[in-house]
Amino acid sequence: MLKIHDLHVAVDGTEILNGIDLDLKAGEVHAIMGPNGSGKSTLANVLAGRDGYDVTGGGVTFKEHDLLGMAPEERAREGLFLAFQYPVEIPGVATTTFLKHAVNAVRRHRGEEEVDAMGFVKLAREKGRALGIDDAMLKRPVNAGFSGGEKKRLETLQMALLEPGLAILDETDSGLDIDALKTVADGVNALRTEDRAMLVITHYQRLLDYIVPDRVHVLAQGRIMRSGDKDLPAELERQGYADLVNPAA
Amino acid sequence: MSDVSGQVEGLAGEQYKYGFVTDVEQELAPRGLNEDIIRLISEKKGEPEWLLEWRLNAYRGWQGMEEPRHWPKLTFEKIEYQNLHYYAAPKQQAKPESLDEVDPELLRTYEKLGIPLQEQEWLAGVAVDAVFDSVSVATTFREQLEEQGIIFCSMSEAVQNHPDLVRRYLGSVVPKTDNFFAALNSAVFTDGSFVYIPPGVKCPMELSTYFRINASETGQFERTLIVADKGSYVSYLEGCTAPQRDENQLHAAVVELVALDDAEIKYSTVQNWYPGDAEGRGGIYNFVTKRGACRGKNSKISWTQVETGSAVTWKYPSCVLQGDNSVGEFYSVAITNNHQQADTGTKMIHIGRNTRSTIISKGISAGQSNQTYRGLVKVLPRGEGARNFTQCDSLLIGGRCGAHTVPYVESRNPDAQLEHEATTSKIDEDQLFYCRQRGIDPEEAVSLVVNGFCKDVLQKLPMEFAVEAQKLLGISLEGSVG
Repeated sequence: MLKIHDLHVAVDGTEILNGIDLDLKAGEVHAIMGPNGSGKSTLANVLAGRDGYDVTGGGVTFKEHDLLGMAPEERAREGLFLAFQYPVEIPGVATTTFLKHAVNAVRRHRGEEEVDAMGFVKLAREKGRALGIDDAMLKRPVNAGFSGGEKKRLETLQMALLEPGLAILDETDSGLDIDALKTVADGVNALRTEDRAMLVITHYQRLLDYIVPDRVHVLAQGRIMRSGDKDLPAELERQGYADLVNPAA
Repeated sequence: MSDVSGQVEGLAGEQYKYGFVTDVEQELAPRGLNEDIIRLISEKKGEPEWLLEWRLNAYRGWQGMEEPRHWPKLTFEKIEYQNLHYYAAPKQQAKPESLDEVDPELLRTYEKLGIPLQEQEWLAGVAVDAVFDSVSVATTFREQLEEQGIIFCSMSEAVQNHPDLVRRYLGSVVPKTDNFFAALNSAVFTDGSFVYIPPGVKCPMELSTYFRINASETGQFERTLIVADKGSYVSYLEGCTAPQRDENQLHAAVVELVALDDAEIKYSTVQNWYPGDAEGRGGIYNFVTKRGACRGKNSKISWTQVETGSAVTWKYPSCVLQGDNSVGEFYSVAITNNHQQADTGTKMIHIGRNTRSTIISKGISAGQSNQTYRGLVKVLPRGEGARNFTQCDSLLIGGRCGAHTVPYVESRNPDAQLEHEATTSKIDEDQLFYCRQRGIDPEEAVSLVVNGFCKDVLQKLPMEFAVEAQKLLGISLEGSVG
């Protein structure tokens, strides 16, 4: 699904990622952990195609395509989804309207028929129910005045509607209390399928108690310092990142 | 409905082509403006003596007036007033035989607006036979209006058939020498719309030039007068979302609205005249005077405008709130792209007691365009209990455009409550990225964000107009994001 090969990325001339390798197969969930400033969000942003990052070496393929040569919207239509750490507010644009535009953009790309307004409302309602998203929330402008929990639930709903092949969850646990975290994790788990891959980026072990990964990678100083199975986070939680960040000490 | 208005204008052209009106061979007055030309216009239109005198007075006033060249934030080329033709009989234009002969750029825009093929043909002025259906539809509506005593006709017809009404109200809101362009219009206007709604009548449909069968070429000096008598209501639509091209660079229209006791007028405009090319060459100069008088108690006038066209826009639809408890509203979306310039806003003059006004202005600047909101809220000494709420929001797209807000507030009554809010923001890269990450292409993303920004105003438009206006916003901003 996703192959990252010796990826180097710089921002304003400063190298943030220096040589990332990762092989994520369909059906797998990988977690990327690491201290603040280790380059976790940079990785998510580069994969999604945000401006402001210079790829200085290496490459990424997504479903055998050269990912880095594609525009952000092309990546999304091919099935790459980023659940944002800080979802953006779009005042005046009803959530349903926004979601319908997104779903239809993806459908057009797949050669599927677009959904009409009525059909879409039905679909969004259905998928929203499990996440505790009601009609009132769907009518409000995108993320405007949403609580942290509401924003993350809406991100999860979007994932459910867009049915991506690869979902990248960037610090999805940030700003969530334990109940909201469970709701979101349940939503994400419901979307785990054999043909879908997920890359879960997080600072804390907490989220991984609920979304149990197949592989865990520790990112520090722009590199994957260690990889392991689902038990690695517990070890890190005990020891902290210090040894990894500064192995000589 | 609005794109249909284009159909009928095209249709009126058809009539000339087929010679239903026989006296319209190409006829052009000599260039320049003087009293003889005005006499000629008046004579050609068979006008009464009082109207000729009125025009001449306007002309004499105009001669001593100056173009508003300094106070607006606009720069435009010198206008050679003595080099214009002030009277031309409707022209027989060469009609394209099929859509294949029409400017592909125009067709692409029609398509984006979702205009059906047949309507595209009408709009583009293609010679088609199917127009007769449309004639009968329009005639049916017209009969329905007449049954209720509603007068809706061209200004020329009104001068002939309803001279008393015209004489009583023409120039009563915008005096003939109100300003340079209004004076010019008063001297030389050739046609426009006239509407009269009798007491207690709610006009059963939205009026647009669509129903004005005899709409001929109204040209560059259009004159519109709408009178809503006591307890009546009318909603009027002006313009068309389809791009309009015109040979005349200068347009100086005047619109006057009069609302008597308990009457309400809703006036909606979508203006999409040729804005010039991407380098700022060509394009219409649009200098319009629009003003409504809430003359009776409890009367209400609402202006809603979506301005996307023209190279230069100079326009301040205003309300004079004379009647006690009268209400004035101004809802505006103005978009400028490339090298367009707009200096637009409103004036709310609170004269009566307990008058209220609301101003919501949304300006979007892209490319190298410049836009100014200029608004006056004035409360006279007698205007006890006057209230105004003003909100001006500007959105900038890219780093080379400008947005300016120039509010004037004058209150001579200590009891008045006036609020003004203004914001300026840049279109947010994060918002665009968020949309694109969901598969939405960049232009559609801009259109979504801009529509959200303008929502408060767009929802004031009549439904069908609003849907087209939404699409229009997207089209107007094409190419504004890298």
